[in-house]
Amino acid sequence: MGEMEQMKKEAEALKTQIEAARKAVGDTDMASAASGVAPAPRVQLKTRRTLKGHLAKIYAMHWSTDNNLSSLSSIGVFRLMVSASQDGKLLIWDSHSGNKVNAVPLKSSWVMTCAYAPSGNLVASGGLDNMCTVYNLKTPVIKTVKELDAHTGYLSCARFLSDTEILTSSGDTTCALWDLETGKQKTVFLNHVGDCMCLSLSPDMNTFVSGACDSLAKLWDIRDGQCKQTFQGHTSDINAISFYPSANAIITGSDDCTCKMYDLRADQEVISYQDAALNSGVTSLALSMSGRLIFAGYDDFNCNIWDSLKGEKVGVLSGHDNRVSCTGVPEDGMCVCTGSWDSFLKIWN
Amino acid sequence: MHSYMVSKMSSKMVGSNNLAHARRMVQQLRVEASIERIKVSKASADLMRYCGENAKYDPLLMGIPASENPFKDKKPCTIL
Repeated sequence: MGEMEQMKKEAEALKTQIEAARKAVGDTDMASAASGVAPAPRVQLKTRRTLKGHLAKIYAMHWSTDNNLSSLSSIGVFRLMVSASQDGKLLIWDSHSGNKVNAVPLKSSWVMTCAYAPSGNLVASGGLDNMCTVYNLKTPVIKTVKELDAHTGYLSCARFLSDTEILTSSGDTTCALWDLETGKQKTVFLNHVGDCMCLSLSPDMNTFVSGACDSLAKLWDIRDGQCKQTFQGHTSDINAISFYPSANAIITGSDDCTCKMYDLRADQEVISYQDAALNSGVTSLALSMSGRLIFAGYDDFNCNIWDSLKGEKVGVLSGHDNRVSCTGVPEDGMCVCTGSWDSFLKIWN
Repeated sequence: MHSYMVSKMSSKMVGSNNLAHARRMVQQLRVEASIERIKVSKASADLMRYCGENAKYDPLLMGIPASENPFKDKKPCTIL
């Protein structure tokens, strides 16, 4: 038997072994296990702010962290967020007043992602230019501090670990960890066979998960660059992914119109969030602070709210006039923000 | 599929050497096969406990009293 034949046989045997091992621990599913849990209350949130300022489709938004709460004595403490639009701008918003605090003009208007550094000093953006551009918000005039240029496909997502490291995912099927001092890739994460569309950092920042057009989610060790686990189940592109706050599970959203929860320690899908009446792809998702509620943005202009334990739909955020492209819940869990192709961001609670 | 700005790539060839690719795939599968797994019943119980313990700190789940809601419109101030 040639080595190629041997490799194929071993691969099949390993896949069978993994499936058997998953089945062996698959003694129930989340919805069944949670049958005794009291249902989440019907969630009816109101639009508290509509942020108007972008002139074209919004593709991404990201909340600033608790490290960067700003205060003006007349208003009290407020929380910042960044949004990115095809109008070629990043806008920094004071969410409480709804005012724009900063505007960052982009070299390329084909932006697909934006990110706020935990410190609040930096923001990043990227898209069809294949680059991740990092800006310093704290210099007297906002300055470009780095252009991270090595991906050979579009930049789909970026997330800062700190002011010196950032993670990116790309249409070139890779993810990368960059050193912001040198502007170079420290680690390239290779294993997906389709465009990487999204990533989420674990709370302890030792691992991250990625979702891709190969319908797979993967868990990676940031320091050794290795893919540790692969999660199957979706039947189309995974556009959105998030760690559960407990760090032992992840939630994914897909063009197959479902969201799923995968438990990392059981190494398998434990619940699927779907409805026969829902036939729009999921574009984005965010979790409430306890993880109990999933806010999932869809192509059908709505954001559906799911009970993460019981798998039931418990609410909907309707109000956008086009696809919901991004969602985010800030660290204090006090609201959810939705951004849309209708050019508006809405804040709900 | 999204009607995105460009159509997404699909099934990119990973490496030009099929044997090297097959070896990498087997190596990856070995890593994934070797992990310890816990029962879904235990994983679910832990998740339910986590949600239960943190529910009271979850403003969107519990509701936010108007007086504590930073997004509730405040009455406008008049400077006399």
